[in-house]
Amino acid sequence: MEAASTPANHPLLQGPPNLKRRRRVNRALEVVAWVSAVVAVAALFIVVASVFVKGVGALNLDFLTQGQVAFGPGGGIGNALVGTGIIVLLAAAMAIPIGVLVALYTSEFAKSRSASAIRYVLDILNGVPTIITGLFVVVLIVKPQGHQSGFAGAVGLAIVMLPLVARSTQEVLALVPSSVKEAGLALGVSRWRTIVSVIVPTAFGGILTASLVAVARAAGETAPLLLACSIFPTTTVTDPSQAMANIPIVIFQYSESPDPSKHTQAWAAALILILFVLLLSSIARVFSARVKKRLEGTR
Amino acid sequence: MNPKTDELDVTIDPENAERGGTSPPDARGFRPPAATAAPASTPGPAGNEVGRVELKDLSAFYGSNHAVRGIDVTFEPNRVTAIIGPSGCGKSTMVRCVNRMHEEIPGARSEGQILLDGIDLKGPRVDVVAVRRAVGMVFQKPNPFPTMSVYDNVAAGLKLTGAPRKTIEAKVEDALKGAGLWDEVSDRLDSPGMGLSGGQQQRLCIARALAVDPEVLLMDEPCSSLDPIATLRIEELISQLKERVTIAIVTHNMQQAARVADTTAFMLNGDLVEVASTDKIFTNPDDERTEQYVSGKFG
Amino acid sequence: MEGTAASVGMTGVAPPGSGALGRRQRGRLDRIGDRSLYVITLAAALLSAVVLGGIGYEVVHGASASISHFGLGFITTNNWDPVPPHEVYGAASFIYGTAVSSFGALLIATPLSIAIALFLTELAPRRARTPIGTLVELLAAIPSVVLGLWGILVLGPFLRDHVEPGLHSVLGWIPLFGGDQSPVGLLPAMLILTIMTVPIVSSLTREIFLTVPKESKEGALALGATRWEMIKTTVLPYSRPGIVAAVILGLGRAIGEAIAVTQVIGGALGIHANLFVPADTLASRIASNATGAPTALNLASVFYLGVILLALSVIFNAVARLIIRRMTLKGS
Repeated sequence: MEAASTPANHPLLQGPPNLKRRRRVNRALEVVAWVSAVVAVAALFIVVASVFVKGVGALNLDFLTQGQVAFGPGGGIGNALVGTGIIVLLAAAMAIPIGVLVALYTSEFAKSRSASAIRYVLDILNGVPTIITGLFVVVLIVKPQGHQSGFAGAVGLAIVMLPLVARSTQEVLALVPSSVKEAGLALGVSRWRTIVSVIVPTAFGGILTASLVAVARAAGETAPLLLACSIFPTTTVTDPSQAMANIPIVIFQYSESPDPSKHTQAWAAALILILFVLLLSSIARVFSARVKKRLEGTR
Repeated sequence: MNPKTDELDVTIDPENAERGGTSPPDARGFRPPAATAAPASTPGPAGNEVGRVELKDLSAFYGSNHAVRGIDVTFEPNRVTAIIGPSGCGKSTMVRCVNRMHEEIPGARSEGQILLDGIDLKGPRVDVVAVRRAVGMVFQKPNPFPTMSVYDNVAAGLKLTGAPRKTIEAKVEDALKGAGLWDEVSDRLDSPGMGLSGGQQQRLCIARALAVDPEVLLMDEPCSSLDPIATLRIEELISQLKERVTIAIVTHNMQQAARVADTTAFMLNGDLVEVASTDKIFTNPDDERTEQYVSGKFG
Repeated sequence: MEGTAASVGMTGVAPPGSGALGRRQRGRLDRIGDRSLYVITLAAALLSAVVLGGIGYEVVHGASASISHFGLGFITTNNWDPVPPHEVYGAASFIYGTAVSSFGALLIATPLSIAIALFLTELAPRRARTPIGTLVELLAAIPSVVLGLWGILVLGPFLRDHVEPGLHSVLGWIPLFGGDQSPVGLLPAMLILTIMTVPIVSSLTREIFLTVPKESKEGALALGATRWEMIKTTVLPYSRPGIVAAVILGLGRAIGEAIAVTQVIGGALGIHANLFVPADTLASRIASNATGAPTALNLASVFYLGVILLALSVIFNAVARLIIRRMTLKGS
């Protein structure tokens, strides 16, 4: 009965006078947002697909195990895989413990003022261009030593990793419920025992995640290595006091080579690197979601 | 000036009620104050009846949770309808269905009909923007736009519809007067809305809703975050505003319902237990559960 | 993770080594333990400050010969001539290249990132948000050397053959889109830097959007705003300082990128309006010139470029972090 008496030009049916235009603007924004997201995701797929298509053909066991050949086709990147493994492991061995200690200092010991100062230092350090880190390593290690080395490269990567590990560990430690900490302290357990046997184990998953992310970043980091460890033999070197081949620099040098067969090898090396980095990042991402959920659940 | 004393001033000023009463009646629905005492169930004369809300077999869900279970209720024009009930009974959900804010929550949906002046607000020909234009809402916590001045807050809805500046200026003043805030803020229209006291902020939000000339005003526990004096001020305002708009107010405070409402609806576990004139609900309810609730036996 | 829970429980029951040692002895041990862990963590924290300070000191120190030789005129000198005896070095050309490539990149990346962040927080279907957000962030995980490889072998030739002629024929009257076309140059550098900064800026912007109070957004919607109007009246004004910070951080990232830019920019001197011809940036000149610098003054001048780059990055990061810090304080 009400419907019958309702005029068709009722404001509810018509809406404000400019509603059509507003709906069009809204629609346009939605389209722009969709397109932007698609563009970003497409960029990821295009790059990954290019690397895959152009690199997968050159991948075989020989390529992974043999050393480089200076000119022309043939040879592999075995020496660079070994070198990158050693350099990244060395860097992780330096950066992860120190990063965790820094995080422990800011979240467990420091007063809020100095904690915030250290966080600020870490943020700035994280923003230092990695090529500048390379210059620092040149002065610090390469020049005194007289030549480039895997160790110098590892120090450069460690400086890149340090703020990453420290900052994400801080975030995880902040999630450790204070009830857990207080439970330890209330029982008369000393601070260091609480930290070593309660806080660190509780946050262990998060620390591991932070380390994975940092390793993934270091594995592909090129700029410090360019200055610290880029003039190396084509053979496998296992002594970090000597310059050793590594994947990022091989890709960099091959990409600038005029020789198309080197381009193919660069794609193949890039494929290995990208698979490793994306795999590690994905694991870290899944893992970190789980860790956060669990820690927030215990709150 | 201390906003607290300011409010106090206005509240206990005996002339205040008169001042409110002398504000120009709204062209659409002004009724003589005596008529408001008439029982809610008696509809007024047809013709100037704008703003009647009828809920027909309304159900609301959050995912699989059936929060409102098939209720029928009418909000009469120029009346204040209070919805009371223990927390979690679905009273907020019910009013949020009326301006379709319920559907903004992920996984939430509603069934049944909501008619405003006989038009189904969920019908295919009705734009949600038009619905919210006709059905204003005031929230639990005062939510003035944090980046906007007092003036811009009230003008926000009008600017969306592209109203000319002169109209906006007039409507802002009218809305601020309607919300009983004009005398307090007319000299600082350009200062941030967030700078007002809590009670003033809530009246600013009422003015913001009034500025677009809604037919219905939904108030979701509008006083729950306010002190008693600011609460009293809002309650007085509600009694004045019902001459302008249909008001539905959700409250957990039974005294408040008794003070402001012509009609009161009692909800329990998603069901509408009883709806009747406020007098009846508080003195002689039909349902035993209503009796128990209003006498403070539970909730 | 069950192991972790168990170890928490265990500690609550019996602190390790409680039985064997006397109470007093344990007390002393604990004091020593507390003290030494404090000292160790403090040392680690100080080390990170020392590293930052050391980087600043060594880069300036390494540049001192060039600073005293060229002074501030270095910044405005458009030359890089390493041939003795009349060696002349100046940073103008690289500062120009850095500015054009990074500002250009952010000019594209900022609207794109804001749109992506809005998509991920307000507009996308809820189930699509996490996977798409993850994919956008994975873009940041691609090593820059791989992006550079793609840039020089795929993007550059594609731009030269299919994009630059078109841009030139339509917009050739603008000096930016001049006649010479090359697979390397400012345009590919700009695009590669865009790809690198979009994930950074969009994920920061997304986090800022998530801090916008729900009450504000509901207020706008309840007033009859469309979704875009809600964004315009509440989300964007509230987030403005954070967006500025995110863009500055993106800019800091863009000016510091050495490897990918070196691969695609062509490493040429000169200040040309044309985006299609080879150029060079501060970071990329450092990368290509630092090993095998022919003279001491050349090396010092490379470090001087480093001083300029470091100063810019530190300023950008410091400002952006301050803005973000102020915002999070306000939010809590």
